[in-house]
Amino acid sequence: MPEVQRFEALGLGAIARKVAAGERLSLTEGQQLFACPDVTAVGALAHLRRTALHGAKTFYVVNRHINYTNVCVNACAFCAYQREKGQEGGFELSIQDAVDRLTSAPLPPREVHIVGGCHPDLRLAFFVDLLTSVQKALPEATLKCFTAVEIAHFARLEGLSTIEVLQTLKAAGLAMLPGGGAEIFAPEVRRRICPRKSDAEEWLRIHGEAHALGLATNATMLFGHLESIDDRLDHLDRLRTQQDKTGGFTCFIPLPFQTENNAIKIERPLTGVDELRTIAVSRLMLDNIPHLKAYWVMLTVKQAQVALFFGADDLDGTVVEEKIGHMAGATSEQGLTKAQLEAMIRGLGLVPVERDARFNPIGGDERRQPIQGGQA
Amino acid sequence: MSRIQQILDEVAEGRRLTLDQARLLQQEADLHDLGHAAHRVRLRKHPEPVVTYVVDRNINYSNVCVCACRFCAYFRPPGHDECFVLTHAEIGQKIEETLALGGTQILMQGGHHPDLPLTWYEDMLAFIKANYNIHVHAFSPPEIVHFAKISGLTTAQVIQRLKASGLDSIPGGGAEILVDRVRQAVSPNKCPAGQWLAVMEEAHSQGLRTTATMMFGHEETEEERLLHLFAVRDSQDRTGGFTAFIPWTFQPDNTNIVARPLTSPEYLRMLALSRLVLDNIDNVQVSWVTMGPKIAQLALYFGGNDFGSTMIEENVVRAAGVSFRLSQGEIDGLVRAAGFEPRQRRMDYRLLPQTKTAEQA
Repeated sequence: MPEVQRFEALGLGAIARKVAAGERLSLTEGQQLFACPDVTAVGALAHLRRTALHGAKTFYVVNRHINYTNVCVNACAFCAYQREKGQEGGFELSIQDAVDRLTSAPLPPREVHIVGGCHPDLRLAFFVDLLTSVQKALPEATLKCFTAVEIAHFARLEGLSTIEVLQTLKAAGLAMLPGGGAEIFAPEVRRRICPRKSDAEEWLRIHGEAHALGLATNATMLFGHLESIDDRLDHLDRLRTQQDKTGGFTCFIPLPFQTENNAIKIERPLTGVDELRTIAVSRLMLDNIPHLKAYWVMLTVKQAQVALFFGADDLDGTVVEEKIGHMAGATSEQGLTKAQLEAMIRGLGLVPVERDARFNPIGGDERRQPIQGGQA
Repeated sequence: MSRIQQILDEVAEGRRLTLDQARLLQQEADLHDLGHAAHRVRLRKHPEPVVTYVVDRNINYSNVCVCACRFCAYFRPPGHDECFVLTHAEIGQKIEETLALGGTQILMQGGHHPDLPLTWYEDMLAFIKANYNIHVHAFSPPEIVHFAKISGLTTAQVIQRLKASGLDSIPGGGAEILVDRVRQAVSPNKCPAGQWLAVMEEAHSQGLRTTATMMFGHEETEEERLLHLFAVRDSQDRTGGFTAFIPWTFQPDNTNIVARPLTSPEYLRMLALSRLVLDNIDNVQVSWVTMGPKIAQLALYFGGNDFGSTMIEENVVRAAGVSFRLSQGEIDGLVRAAGFEPRQRRMDYRLLPQTKTAEQA
């Protein structure tokens, strides 16, 4: 283990030994990591863990995000993207629009990320049709669509159970649920930032149901708004408890709160070191979720690069067109090319691994050729 | 203990690095180990958890330049529509705005204007000093060399005359990479490495303090970055006049150099290595202008102890596609959130009275 004395001097000796041995950290130990004055010591421990899990491998995916609507009945306080039904600026994408956007990407996406607002009128048959049409147009793509919050919304609209909704969507091609809608599980914070959204129990239950059906899922945490450090640790603890039971989480995605264009006023907005510390502690606490994403859209590219040394092993991907984070003030680029991602990862001294949505490596050079009409 | 860890421990305790050791660290040391050793050196040199910065304004007196360096997106060749030379009134206005914001200094640099005589610069300095109480940190060594050329004087004479007109210190710009092979490739019309260092040493001998910069990530090799650090270290051994070292990464947009933008960990590694090699330079500045506030904050744990300046006006990096902006209050907040106490300083690193900083926070 590197520099034992360094961690001892910071009172992190016991934690460092547990990390080296791969043992589970307690919530109290999580608090100690958040309280440690030296953020780089916490980062070094997280990097140790990341390296034990994945070596120098750094994952990325050729993907495409589609938001099928911004009309949403939830009106969460942190959201800059939502519109009410009938409000100016509201939109619904047709299935043809969605397919056209996905197939116009410079490279055929291996992961299709489709999420939207909880629209009051879009019915399950529409989503079945959407998945079927997308899968037909892109047979190699893994469909990672609909947060647990949307699944719960579909179930309510249809009068079905969430399991029945998941079964129906799975039969239409759904392979994976994205990790959105988790925000922060603590009920008091949820009541203030997203009172109409699924609560923690419902969110976790739906992910457990998806896992039981053989659907992999991701999990997010939105941090840096009204939550406390203990709320963050509680969130991580609930995720790892769920993972112990059902085992289907593939990747954890910490999302720093973007402060613009929304109704939450933050006294002390997150700074860079807060983001990195939370990423690092997440890696250390979530001992049973294999991957951790440095989502460059929310972090900025330069911060995502550093995050790969603070516990993250995945850069997400090409994205191409991102709306939700940018409308809330994210200043990152809209898309990165595959060549940019590969060169960046090599420049970091890490090894790029192109993956599919479920983190299976994709080999071969045949996909390096652009397809019809796409712009790099 | 590994060989690398042993070197890092020794350097953290004050042992001077050899070129071979520095190369080994550059090639093989882990990012976190390198950063931690650099931070230990920083804490040995500056035990107080204080991070300093200067409140100043970049005033580019002209963008007219005959150098045509390939990395520059700012200059305009003589005769171009967008050429400008600031008037005394314009400069005065900018200085007044700087003073109103609590500024203590202006950083003045410009292009190598083919027609302005040395007296133009002397008049400008005299105008500033006659009207304002402000520190003038101005004219990088390539400009001094250019002034010598147009005036037929030696660089020593040019420095003497500028100093007599009010020049207080010299910024470390135009160093790029202090290896002539690289300079020939990216800035063939600028002074060679030896002359850059000679101007600085001459300035030091005349009692002017200066900084030193390094711009990396264009056409230099890894080894040439090290040679730059060692050239600066040797120079400092001779004169001791450098107050700070400022490494920053080349920004490729709108320039004539095609390069992969360096990643933030590559920047942090170079920053840490700078701190470790330059055992004779007290201060290392982080570059929020090129790296952004998040990485600048982290850089305070990779050898940096100074946040540079508020850069009330910055034009050159912005022309190359990067535009981060920070107010003094934002810098204070970032420094505090990183676990340090922010303090406003002067060019020579004397601190301003604490109350002033605290009031504005």
